Amino acid sequence: MRIDHVALLPGYAAATTAVLVLVLDLLFPGRRGVVLAGAAVGAAATAALAFGLALSGDEARFAFCGSACSFTVDGRAAALMGVFALVTLGVLGLSATTRAPMGEHCFLLACSMTGGVVLAGAADLITLIVALETLTLPLYVLVGLRRTLVSADAAVTFLVVSVVATAVSLLGAGLLYASTGAVHFGQMNAAAKDPSLRPLAVVGCVLLLGGLGFKVAAVPLHAWAPPTYDGAPLPVAAYLSTASKLGGVVALVYVSVEAVPFEHDVAVAALVVLALLTMTVGNLVALRQRRMVRLLAWSSIAQAGYILAALAVPDGGATALTYAVFFVALELAAFAAVVALRTPAPVEADARVLVPAGGAPAVPAAPAPQVIDDGGTLADYAGAARGAPWRSAALVLALAGLAGLPPGIAGLFAKVAVVRSLVDSDATWLAVIVALNAVVGLAYYVRAGAGLFAPAEPGTPVRWPRPHWTIAVTTALIALVALVIGFAPQIVFDAAAAR
Amino acid sequence: MNAVLVAVLVIPALGALASVVIRSDRAGRVAGTVAAALSLVAAALLAVDRAPATGDRLSPWHQVDVAWVPAVQLRFHVGVDGVSYPLVVLTALLTLLCCLYSLWQVPGERNGRQLVALLLVVEVGIVGVFLALDLILFFVFFELVLLPMYAIIAGWGGPERRAAARKFVLYTLFGSVILLVGLLVVVTGANTADLVTLTESSTLGANAQRIAFVLLAVGFAVKSPLWPLHTWLPDAHTEAPTVGSVILAGVLLKMGTYGLLRIGVGVAPDGARWASPVLAGLAVAAILVGGLVCLAQTELKRLIAYSSVGHMGFVLLGIATLTTTGFQAALIGNLAHGVITGLLFFLAGAIKDRAHTGDLGQLGGLRETAPVLAGLLGFAAIASLGLPGLAGFWGEAFAVVAAVQRGWPVAAVLAALGGALAAAYFLRLLRRATHGSAAPAVVGLSPLRRYELAAWVPLVLLAIALGLVPALALTPSAHPVRGLTAVTHAD
Repeated sequence: MRIDHVALLPGYAAATTAVLVLVLDLLFPGRRGVVLAGAAVGAAATAALAFGLALSGDEARFAFCGSACSFTVDGRAAALMGVFALVTLGVLGLSATTRAPMGEHCFLLACSMTGGVVLAGAADLITLIVALETLTLPLYVLVGLRRTLVSADAAVTFLVVSVVATAVSLLGAGLLYASTGAVHFGQMNAAAKDPSLRPLAVVGCVLLLGGLGFKVAAVPLHAWAPPTYDGAPLPVAAYLSTASKLGGVVALVYVSVEAVPFEHDVAVAALVVLALLTMTVGNLVALRQRRMVRLLAWSSIAQAGYILAALAVPDGGATALTYAVFFVALELAAFAAVVALRTPAPVEADARVLVPAGGAPAVPAAPAPQVIDDGGTLADYAGAARGAPWRSAALVLALAGLAGLPPGIAGLFAKVAVVRSLVDSDATWLAVIVALNAVVGLAYYVRAGAGLFAPAEPGTPVRWPRPHWTIAVTTALIALVALVIGFAPQIVFDAAAAR
Repeated sequence: MNAVLVAVLVIPALGALASVVIRSDRAGRVAGTVAAALSLVAAALLAVDRAPATGDRLSPWHQVDVAWVPAVQLRFHVGVDGVSYPLVVLTALLTLLCCLYSLWQVPGERNGRQLVALLLVVEVGIVGVFLALDLILFFVFFELVLLPMYAIIAGWGGPERRAAARKFVLYTLFGSVILLVGLLVVVTGANTADLVTLTESSTLGANAQRIAFVLLAVGFAVKSPLWPLHTWLPDAHTEAPTVGSVILAGVLLKMGTYGLLRIGVGVAPDGARWASPVLAGLAVAAILVGGLVCLAQTELKRLIAYSSVGHMGFVLLGIATLTTTGFQAALIGNLAHGVITGLLFFLAGAIKDRAHTGDLGQLGGLRETAPVLAGLLGFAAIASLGLPGLAGFWGEAFAVVAAVQRGWPVAAVLAALGGALAAAYFLRLLRRATHGSAAPAVVGLSPLRRYELAAWVPLVLLAIALGLVPALALTPSAHPVRGLTAVTHAD
């Protein structure tokens, strides 16, 4: 067994982060700030190691090698590890005022990040599924950690659908193993195919792709997403719709491009059907949403449809990953802006709350405002453009990008890349359907964006309460990243194509 | 001079930023207006120090070419030539006039600096469309216009502004996503997005050209707009604030006709030749339908909006003939419509602001109470209906001539009839609005202000100048138009 520990460095860092958080929570009970800072440092270190690995050379690194390797880190995998870590860092930055035990919150996020980092390097079916489950498992608890009825409801929905989906993908993986006798991507591909076992391989392929479709909330395994996102604390919803979704995309890309190219026609047919259903259903239902988080949830279902469409063409893997990274940046920016707009400054002025370095937090005068920690309805954002112009600008930027329009030109390039790869593969009809879906998408993004500019109800204060400083800084940084990768998108295209 | 080319795009962008960042409303508006003035100077300067014409069909006077996103074959390749230059100057001029106007008058008197900033962003997008020599870059600029224009209509428009703005943004996004697919069919088929290369020698097969041209034509037809894809336009124009209508009618629609000529015809000439009879038929239908609908309109801005459908029909008819005369007619028709309809919307806005109604039934006798306003309206209407000697004449007359040259006498006759309809509805407009005894709504109108005249006089002068000396627009575009007709072989 050959193990290149350098390849495992980001994974080690991520796992160490989880342990570090546990220890910090024990040593400094009740100090939310210390725990949060520790987790953030760990995530940042993981990201730094991953990007360092991505830039260190063109040679891929391998670990756990017998006849084939179970863990491969090439430029693309390392960059994806970095993205997982950065997304976790962003979500940690948004968590300062979340009503949840901070130690558990950070520990579970770090565990989930570890799953994402390992997933990016997975090179066999078993590692892939174990890593994906490591990514997802902590989320059931995270969703319910707030201990309210809505949260518990969301967590149970998520758990039940997830168990079914995991069983389906495991069955698919088992059937593929039975038909090829291999679990390593390269060997599955090279294995001599017994024609009499082909039906087994076809069923296995469809089941595995369908089960993985759950992670990206692809129709028909999509219905869990809106109630789960809406019931979860906002930062967890942000994590679900970005890191968890990216995990699903990575798994789908690895399986469809690396593991089962021998069943290419079947995979394409399955993906086209999933893509058409997903984007159309997601967009149409999103039109009817009145709650911000549900609207974002349905829209992210539709966005997953575009990613699946890209996967359905040859060489679509790089395009799908590119789109996913742009999407993750914009979606995280949207959620960050929602968190910043909806989370009031810390009013429970106890020692457990992070205090700005410069002094005490600005505590509004009594009466204590009611605690709002969900996304609210679209109407709740009326007057935001006037009362909180910068946060509104970030949300408008993110929504425009998700709709694929300037000023969020990252989203525009993402759309161009997907449509281009479809047209390039003579799937112009699919490109037209994707394009028309983008028009439907704009209808609700515009509605959500215009809601910010609606006049506020009389009697509400003109200035919106300021968010916690870590949330403000995180939101600004994420919006900046979303803006900058719009002007330098080549970085993402290169990283997604690097092998 | 290449620095000037970039400056035409960068100055308005910086101006928009400045007017948002500056805290004082007044100072923000002034900063934006100064930027608009500077960009007009820069745009005008593009005509000096031209590069000598190469043998290429598309040989820009100046160009800048920098790699941007190789993965989607996007290069920051911008350049100006005789076809785009007049449109760039017109865009910069109309933006400056609108900013000047907004210095003193903003609907609802709120957020004036934001309005100026949005106007400047729209300018960046439109000028970028005219300058882009890369198909993907063209699309980026094409999309850049969408949301700011939506915000202008939804933020400062009339009572039905939200619905109108939503209709505008969804309809035109529909057009531009179809356009995107068309552009990408070209780019992936020819393996380049460079407009100079593509115009010089199209490597697309006949079938790909047809698919590409149909997609491109639908995309541009929504923007232009071409009947029957025009239904977003009357609502958007009617509800938009005055400056929004001026920019919409004056230059935003030209993105469609310019794109059809430069990209549709330029990169898919065989497809264009194949589809040209259909395009001509739709253009003639637009002329007739536009005219007939105008005859039944009772609202001032709506009438002018529908008249745009007819005028743009003439422009599209000119393009559809694929002849030198037709292209020249389209180019000058574009400019004339921009100048005259811009002026008409300024005047309609002034009337509606004063009389608080645009209903032709409630107006009347404007000549008695506001003689200067009535006179200007009369001038603009007569220019718009195509009186010889004014700007509107050349585009429409030569579109008809070009149709005859192409061997489409029926289309020519019908288009000429449409021209007569234009005379009928504009004279009806004048009779209802300016003649007769003074209606209660027009009694005691406030006198014209100096800033209003300052915004209108340049347009009046341009309408006369283009009418008397059409060579102003035709001479610079002669070479590129020859290049385009050489591609289509229709002469």
